[in-house]
Parts: sequence; C-alpha cells; structure tokens
Amino acid sequence: MNQTFSRRRDRLLTYRAMREGKITSSRRTGCPECGEESASLEWERGLWVCPQCGFHRPIDAYYRLANILDPGSFQELEEGLSPADPLSFPGYPAKLAGLEQSTGLRDAAVAALGKVDGHKAVFAVLDSRFLMGSMGTAVGEKVARAAEYAARKKLPLIIFSASGGARMQEGIFSLMQMAKTAAAIRRFQSGGGLYISCFTYPTTGGVTASFASLGDIMLSEPGALIGFAGPRVIEQTIKEQLPEGFQRAEYLLDHGFLDRIVPRSQWRAVLAQLLALHEKGGRA
Amino acid sequence: MSRYTPEEKVKIARDPGRPGTADFIAALFTDFFEQRGDRLCGEDPSILGGIARFHGRPVTVIGHRKGKSLEENLRCNFGMPSPEGYRKAQRLMRQAEKFSRPVITFVDTPGAYPGKEAEERGQGEAIAQTLALMSALEVPTIAVVTGEGGSGGALALAMANRVLMLEHAVYSVLSPEGFASILWKDASRAGEACGVMKLTAQDLRRGGIVQGVLREPEGGAHTNWEAAFRTVDAALVKELAALDKLRGPALARQRYEMFRAMGQGLPPAGREEP
Ligand SMILES: [Zn+2]
Repeated sequence: MNQTFSRRRDRLLTYRAMREGKITSSRRTGCPECGEESASLEWERGLWVCPQCGFHRPIDAYYRLANILDPGSFQELEEGLSPADPLSFPGYPAKLAGLEQSTGLRDAAVAALGKVDGHKAVFAVLDSRFLMGSMGTAVGEKVARAAEYAARKKLPLIIFSASGGARMQEGIFSLMQMAKTAAAIRRFQSGGGLYISCFTYPTTGGVTASFASLGDIMLSEPGALIGFAGPRVIEQTIKEQLPEGFQRAEYLLDHGFLDRIVPRSQWRAVLAQLLALHEKGGRA
Repeated sequence: MSRYTPEEKVKIARDPGRPGTADFIAALFTDFFEQRGDRLCGEDPSILGGIARFHGRPVTVIGHRKGKSLEENLRCNFGMPSPEGYRKAQRLMRQAEKFSRPVITFVDTPGAYPGKEAEERGQGEAIAQTLALMSALEVPTIAVVTGEGGSGGALALAMANRVLMLEHAVYSVLSPEGFASILWKDASRAGEACGVMKLTAQDLRRGGIVQGVLREPEGGAHTNWEAAFRTVDAALVKELAALDKLRGPALARQRYEMFRAMGQGLPPAGREEP
C-alpha cells in the first residue's frame, strides 16, 4: 500500500512540475476522439483535454480530486474497502489483483472528504482505469457509505461518475448495487442533503440508471457519453446508425437532463459557487 | 435438486405460454381498474398497472406486459418498457402511498428497451427515480418475478419488501446472451453464461437476493396456470399479512436495510472517521 501511495504522489508531483514548466519532454499523445497527436505537455497543461478538439479524456480519480480540492484538504474515506467475488467467477480475483497492482486502486471508486474554496464536502469519484469504472459490490458499497457519511456529518455530497455499467463478474450482486445506491442517495436527500452529480466520459448502464441520475444538481463535462444502453447495443437493436452527438452531454442538456456543462478547468469555480449557495441549508 | 439446468430454466422462463402479468391480475384480483399514462408525454403498454382488490382489499398492482399475440407483443414491445412505463409506475406507486394501498408487482421483462427514443427521454433517469421512490415507500411492497427478470428494467419494479420468484423464473444482471458477448465477445456462449451467472431462483435465494421461491406445478407454470395462481395467491396472502405488522417508516427501513446488506464479504465501515 505504501508503495502504491508513493507512486501516486510521485505522479502528482511530476504533473505539477510539468505544469510549472520545470520538466520538458518531446513525448506526444494521441486523442481517442479526433485521432490527432499533441505534445504530452500540452495535454497536461490542459488537464488532459485534447488541445485540438477539446475531448475530455478520462482521468484518474486522484488526479481529478487534486485539481478540484483545496491543497491539503484531501482525506480519503473507506480506503480499505476491497472488492468481493460473490459468484466465485473464474479468473476474477486474479484480474482484481492485477488491476490493484497497476492502478493502486482497490476498486473503481475513491471516496474522500475535502474542501473546495473552504467549503467542506464528501466526494466519490469513479475511476475508469479499473474495469471501466463498472459498479460491483465495492463501488456500490463505497457510494452508499459516502452518502451515509455525508448524512451523518451534514455535508454536501459530490459524485463524479465514469462507468461502463454493471460489473458482469459480480452478476446479480452488481445489479443490486443500483438499488443500494439509489436508496442511500434518496435517504441522504430526504434528510436535506445536497447531492451534486457530475457525469464524465463515459457513463452508461447501471450507474446512469441509479445514483448518477439522482442529483439535485446535474452537471457534465463537455462531450461526455451518457446513457442507459450503450450506443452499439442501440444500433444493433434499431438497426440504424445513431446521429452524430447522440447521448453526448450537449444532447442531454438539450433534452432537459442536465443543468449545465462544465469544462474541466471550471469544476473548482462551479462547485465552489454551488456549495456557497447551499450554505446553512438555504436559511438566511 | 432441480431437474432443470440453468440454461433450460432460461428457456422455460421465456416460454410464451407462461402466465403473464395480465393473467395474474385476472386470476388473483377483482375490480381491476387500469390506469394509463405517465401524465408527462405518453402511455407505455409494456407496463400494465392499476387499482384492484386482493382478497377484498384495495391494492395497487403493476407489472411488465409482454403480450400474448404477435400484435400484442408488438404493441407491448415484447415487455421492454420505455421511460413512460417507469414514470407511469412511479405515478401509481405515489398514489398507492397516498391512499395507503400495498403495492404488488409482477416482474417479467427481457430488460428496459435500448432504443433511440427511450434514451432521448431518459431511460436511465426513469429507472433511477423508480428505484429511489420504491426504496422509500411507506406501504407494503411485494414483487414476484414470474418469468424473465432482466437487468435494471426488472429491478426497477422489484425493489420491494419481499422479492419472490417462481421456481423456474430467472433474474440476472443482463441476458445470458448479453453477458457472454460483453465478457467473452461471443453471444453464442450464452449457455455457458447461464451456468456461471447464478440466475436461478434457487441460487438467488441462497445469495439472499430473493426471499422466497414459489413452487411451480409439475412441468412448469405454463402447463398448469391454475396451480401457479394458487401458489402465488397463497404466498401473497402470507407475505402481506407479515408486512401488515410493520408501520410505514418500519417498512421503508426494512426494505432499505435488506438492499443495503446485498453484497456480502465486505469489511464493516471504518471505525475512525475524519
Ligand atoms: Zn482530439
């Protein structure tokens, strides 16, 4: 675990040094959306938004939090929560162990307590490096515990989603996390809690059909793919090609399912504004 | 031990000759008054719902409808609901709570419809809101999985105080075909998927996902509807009587705690919290 932590810290320090121009590199990184290559330094300076087309590339959970939280305010919650293998699914434990090695994550969600411009909040952030951010029991449990913790401490809850949907290897137990998280969010909101849901590329399936769609405030990064069924499944079902921009954040905004689209560089400002507007639970 | 393999059970669960929601309503309830429309933009016949009497007592009954003839199948989209269906279900559940009626649901769907318009009108949001609403209802709720319990589209009507399953019904995170194509990139391995998914009523009972398995007549519910009706009727009477002992907030709490506990083998919440 210590090794993982120091690797994570090293990476964050490297990013910061790159931003500050202390490190130079001739490495280039391609964009999965437009296919164009740009200097990796350019990508990093732009928080991994494509310098050519503006595509908001998936980023890891700690990096996202590091860019949003006040320095020094990050305190991880439920760090030890590890995944289960309820179906005894062949090869699954080995897969989980390999991913823990390569990502430093126990599973696809990170929960934390932190501050944005001095406003305290509870965060849960999904990380698509870990089995596409799919929701198994550990992700469902972490989201539910984050909501319950926020309820106990009377703090706002902010969740960043990125998920391919259900964790197939956990079968029906994965499906039940939709019920668990929806119920936990509902209970938190009934007690007066503010929940801000933030979609990122891509969020589909059981996460869209549970906690991610229940925000008091619904936000998304530009261009994020958001849906219940994935575009390929829909195309196979209706046997026609989907139009350009279908199921993207801009499309959802047009259809009434989002409050606002927030570019990556603006999360801190937007969240700080919303948290300030909800201080003292709306009482003067 | 069951005489059928999980793969055979999937076939039985999908048998068009099995009694569906409309059949259960006709056989077990009286005075059924169908309620239509979501009051927002449409009516989705793939979810059938309304008010009826169950042993004389007014209840709200809701279920997936696949339809019996091809014409009906098409009208009901083979039991695959659109957001309008889930929003109609929400409306009926809110009314049930307002008028202190228990909610009884029948679950039988391949899944929510993965269509263009369904996405455009917020399929994910509709399912999420149905789950959130059901989780907090302060009236007794019982779900019976009668055939195919497919994915979130099934769960959206199954977040109940008691979830019961007919002996040969199945309930899973995704269809075995979808599961095989996602995990192994090969839909033809669906049979193998049935084996590893633990989707039979017996497996789900052991896993604590459902609370009761209802015995089907010899040969399956499709061979003897009357016997299936008697079994389901008796189970509903029994479960309803048990839930009647709980008051509204206790019903919501029992349901919350039951679903909250699903996904075992995880360590307890951290003791020292910041
Ligand atoms: Zn690009």
